Amino acid sequence: MASFSFDVAHMLAGGLVLVSFMMLYQDRLYSLLNVLALHAIMLALSVAWQAYIQHAPHLYITVALALGFKAIVIPMALRRMVFRMGIHREVETVVGIGLTMLVAIALVALSMEVMLPVTTHSDPMAREDIALALSVLLIGLLMMVTRRNAVSQIVGFMSLENGIVLAATGAQGMPLVVEISVAFSILIAFIVIGIFLFRIRERFDTVDDQALDRFRGEH
Amino acid sequence: MLLVLLLAPLLTGLVRKAKARLMRRQGPSLIQPYRDLRRLLGKDVVLAENASWLFRVVPYVICAVTWVAAALVPTFATGLLFSWSGDLIAIIAMLGSARFLLALAALDIGTSFGGIGSSREVLFASLAEPAMIVLVFTVALVAGSTQLSTIANVMFAEGLRVSLALALFGFIIVALAENARIPVDNPATHLELTMVHEAMVLEYSGRHLAMIEFAAMLKLLLYVSLIACIFFPPGMAHGEPSLRAYAIGAGSYVVKLAVGGLLLAGFETSIAKMRVFRVPDFLGVALMLGLLGTLLLFVSRSL
Amino acid sequence: MSMVALVLSGAAALLVLAVLGVVCGRTGAGRPLIYGGSLLVCIAGTVIAGMSIAGEPSTIVLPLGLPWLGAHFRLDALGAFFLAIITIGGAGASLYALGYGRHEHEPLRVLPFYPAFLAGMTLVVVADDAFSFLFCWELMSLSSWALVLSHHRDRENTRAAYIYLLMATFGSLALLLAFGLLAGPGGNYAFAAMRETAHSSTVLVALVLSLSLLGAGSKAGLVPLHVWLPLAHPAAPSHVSALMSGVMTKVAIYAFVRIVFDLLGPPEWWWSLPVLSIGGTTAALGVLYALMERDLKRLLAYSTIENIGIVFLGLGLAIAFRANGMAGAAALALTAALFHAFNHMLFKSVLFFGSGTVLVATGELNIERLGGLIHRMPYSSAAFLIACLAISALPPLNGFASEWLMFQSILVSPDLPQWGLKLLVPTVGTLLALAAALAAACFVRAFGITYLGRPRSAVTEQAHEADRYSLAAMIGFAALCVVTGVFPGLVIDGLAPAVHGLVGARMPPQLSLPWLSIVPIADSRSSYNGLMIFLFSASSAILAAFVVHRLASRVVRRAGLWDCGYPGLGPLTQYSAASLSQPIRRVFGSYVFRSSERVEMPAPGEMGPARIRKTRHDMAWEMLYEPIVAGVAFASERLNMLQFLTIRRYLGFVFVALVFLLLALALWQ
Repeated sequence: MASFSFDVAHMLAGGLVLVSFMMLYQDRLYSLLNVLALHAIMLALSVAWQAYIQHAPHLYITVALALGFKAIVIPMALRRMVFRMGIHREVETVVGIGLTMLVAIALVALSMEVMLPVTTHSDPMAREDIALALSVLLIGLLMMVTRRNAVSQIVGFMSLENGIVLAATGAQGMPLVVEISVAFSILIAFIVIGIFLFRIRERFDTVDDQALDRFRGEH
Repeated sequence: MLLVLLLAPLLTGLVRKAKARLMRRQGPSLIQPYRDLRRLLGKDVVLAENASWLFRVVPYVICAVTWVAAALVPTFATGLLFSWSGDLIAIIAMLGSARFLLALAALDIGTSFGGIGSSREVLFASLAEPAMIVLVFTVALVAGSTQLSTIANVMFAEGLRVSLALALFGFIIVALAENARIPVDNPATHLELTMVHEAMVLEYSGRHLAMIEFAAMLKLLLYVSLIACIFFPPGMAHGEPSLRAYAIGAGSYVVKLAVGGLLLAGFETSIAKMRVFRVPDFLGVALMLGLLGTLLLFVSRSL
Repeated sequence: MSMVALVLSGAAALLVLAVLGVVCGRTGAGRPLIYGGSLLVCIAGTVIAGMSIAGEPSTIVLPLGLPWLGAHFRLDALGAFFLAIITIGGAGASLYALGYGRHEHEPLRVLPFYPAFLAGMTLVVVADDAFSFLFCWELMSLSSWALVLSHHRDRENTRAAYIYLLMATFGSLALLLAFGLLAGPGGNYAFAAMRETAHSSTVLVALVLSLSLLGAGSKAGLVPLHVWLPLAHPAAPSHVSALMSGVMTKVAIYAFVRIVFDLLGPPEWWWSLPVLSIGGTTAALGVLYALMERDLKRLLAYSTIENIGIVFLGLGLAIAFRANGMAGAAALALTAALFHAFNHMLFKSVLFFGSGTVLVATGELNIERLGGLIHRMPYSSAAFLIACLAISALPPLNGFASEWLMFQSILVSPDLPQWGLKLLVPTVGTLLALAAALAAACFVRAFGITYLGRPRSAVTEQAHEADRYSLAAMIGFAALCVVTGVFPGLVIDGLAPAVHGLVGARMPPQLSLPWLSIVPIADSRSSYNGLMIFLFSASSAILAAFVVHRLASRVVRRAGLWDCGYPGLGPLTQYSAASLSQPIRRVFGSYVFRSSERVEMPAPGEMGPARIRKTRHDMAWEMLYEPIVAGVAFASERLNMLQFLTIRRYLGFVFVALVFLLLALALWQ
């Protein structure tokens, strides 16, 4: 039974990494937002499983928050934003998708390399979970670095935050509610700032004739 | 060996029928592919004037190689008679041989269609094949073997694994690309600029075309059985099977094929074809998934 | 007479042939004499190699060379295996040249050097002290340089020969330093003494390792030391190209294996890091270069670089396994590497022979101007096709068997304890798979554009099938590709003594297994049977053809090609080599070559043509060599001043140098 619960926990955490990769792969804003919702759902499932095997009912609050806010409200809001502004739907990448993914793989390898030897003596369940969570976090950061569009940067930030939550739930006995609420306030602040910046940038972008040039080519 | 031979057109028929039904069409009957093959076999071969011997030999070789590869995949029971003669890597490489020859045959006549098909096919192959090899690494590291019968036996006992989940996604992507399905290629298209596989076989007719079509059906069956055998082995007869186990195995195999075909039809109807230069990214994902799975297995035995 | 003495007398016979080549190079008898003689010596050498590979090492000391050292020669299992590569490759090339050499305009520039080249390579693998090794190595380099220069009227070729000479000198220098370090302060240059010495200092070992990578790697064509190879190999006459690509690069591999596996003592795990990463990079980059190339022989030369990368990858794995005490896995990886080296000799020779016949038939090597040759050269195209299938690692041919072993050895590597290797090995495994798949793309292009389709220019109209000797060499080697692919156990078992001598273990004997399968580790783990796959595929193809012809329509109607209702499509509407590889160039090239393409459309109403511009950069040249060249030019500009000084100043320089050296000596003690 123990190994089964391990397996499921690893599976869900690994699923989160997989969805992070899917996020890097998307080239349309709408589908990116869908994947973000999926990311949140994966996180909710993962946290719910942790709550179940750790017998920690307070974690269910995190699940509910993740499902409610991250999977439904925020993607919907971003979606409306994208729609209202009528911004072009292609995600602007700084480097190619293939290269980004290679870098992401290197990041996963790095986080494994850093985490697994350090935590040899700790709880085997937490070990790999934390390594996977670190890689989700790093991929989120990578996404923010390699995307020009503010919406996708926010998405990157959200996935980064999900990684933090995953790490926090994996390690038992953290005062989670505090952790989560702090994370949330940061998040909301970031969204506000992000959208603000985004609007300003949008205004400047439209007067930039390079944008027109780009549009004419096939990229 | 005969089983795959008989079932392959049926699977293709099922996929076509299901797609048609999903689009609210009546669709051709399930056994239409058999009729198509018979019709093609009865027709004359129209050969371009400058076709070489290679062009005429290739259909038979492709068909034979694909058939042997398909016969090496355990279907309803592990422990096939000749399973030791080729492992998973060999099966993939045999499909590679078939593709190599088909790409050459497409260049033989000297039309731009053959060229465009061949050029795109080698592009896809140059990513799909390494992706497949790396995915095989993942599976083989979990199972400790590249031998399909052994893999299936190990998978009976295996729990959930992150790396296997990654590998499954990768396998599906590669299978879509290798079988020229939407979103990589459209098996039903006859619009020249979007064709890949169809462009390569444009010059073929009559019995040659029948052989190639049949090889394509076999390949579809091969990939569905491969995924079923590696990731969903329950139901297969293993150990020292009785007649009853064989019957259960055969039944479950048919069910797995049908489910695979229906899922494929559903997926194909719900998605649009990609631009050609988007496909490398798509296949790149499979490669990355395989690499990721392999890396995870290298660093941690329990993932 | 011991085995090694036989080999030496064979080399002596080759040198006599070289002298004869000078004497009767101009007469009609020169060609059959030289090539026939080389063929006989090579066949005898193959027999000797086959007899001595499983036997005890035999040694001989000749009173030549340095007076206190003498010239040591020794033939052990490793040397015998590489001797087999040299003699088999040499026999094929000599047979081919019996016919092909007829088309040589200046035979005197080829005939004397050809047997000398063979003799040099033969002597390298039996040399048993640093002095004779380097001497023979230089003999090999210089005679091949002369052969590269044999078509010296072409400016390209003189440039290629110049660059080759520079790189060969550099490589020899690196090897010289490596041997100097190995010999240590005692200065004993015999290999036996080096083997006895324990090399404990990490710095020294790292230096020797990197020097041997530089020295042997520059000859073998490892990236980024490969730049001379695609220039020099194609510049030589085709049978020499085959020898240089198929055999001389193997001698370089021999040098690396001899130094690192034999002389340097038991390995550390970190040795494998540079070897693996350079091998993986070389494999992937080499084939990408090949895909962009339109000169047939240069394409083949780039593909040689790829295969050398694959061999080094296997060597790197073998080092890693051996350092961690996994002798069985090390034997597997080393067997894979050496097997691949052998296979590469076979198929690369056929491919270069084929390019030679194309050159003779059409006078053209630019594949954009070829096409449709399969109709005019049916036999040589069939042999070329088999070699293409083999080099693309497709079953049931030999290239697949060795790459399959390589993949199997990668699958053992999770047991390696070091983290660096755990992360590196999957990556190079991916690179290996990528290289194999890209090689298939490359050879679809090479064969498809050269031999298939419609003729792209008038040069193919006069094309005719090659002569008997050339065809015999090509078909014979293609048949060997099939045989070693279908019975890989033959080579694996033949290799076993050499592998055992180097890593202390061998793969389990394969020939005794039922049905001649190969099983690297255990039955349940993996097995492969080329024979079965070949028989099954062949019989079902024949069965299918038979059934279809029996039951279905047998009518064949000839018609024009499908033109989409737009008649009169000329041969220029076909896909060209550049357009066939355009998608791959676009996907991979933007990173690797910083390639780009731009379409310039004329304004509407303007009558000018639209143009497409492609740019591609060779990063190795631009990042590595051009700065070096610029630096050397700058330095020589500065040093030029020293040419115009007074005698007093010159003496002053000598004096200062002498005092400086004495000071250094004083401080050293």
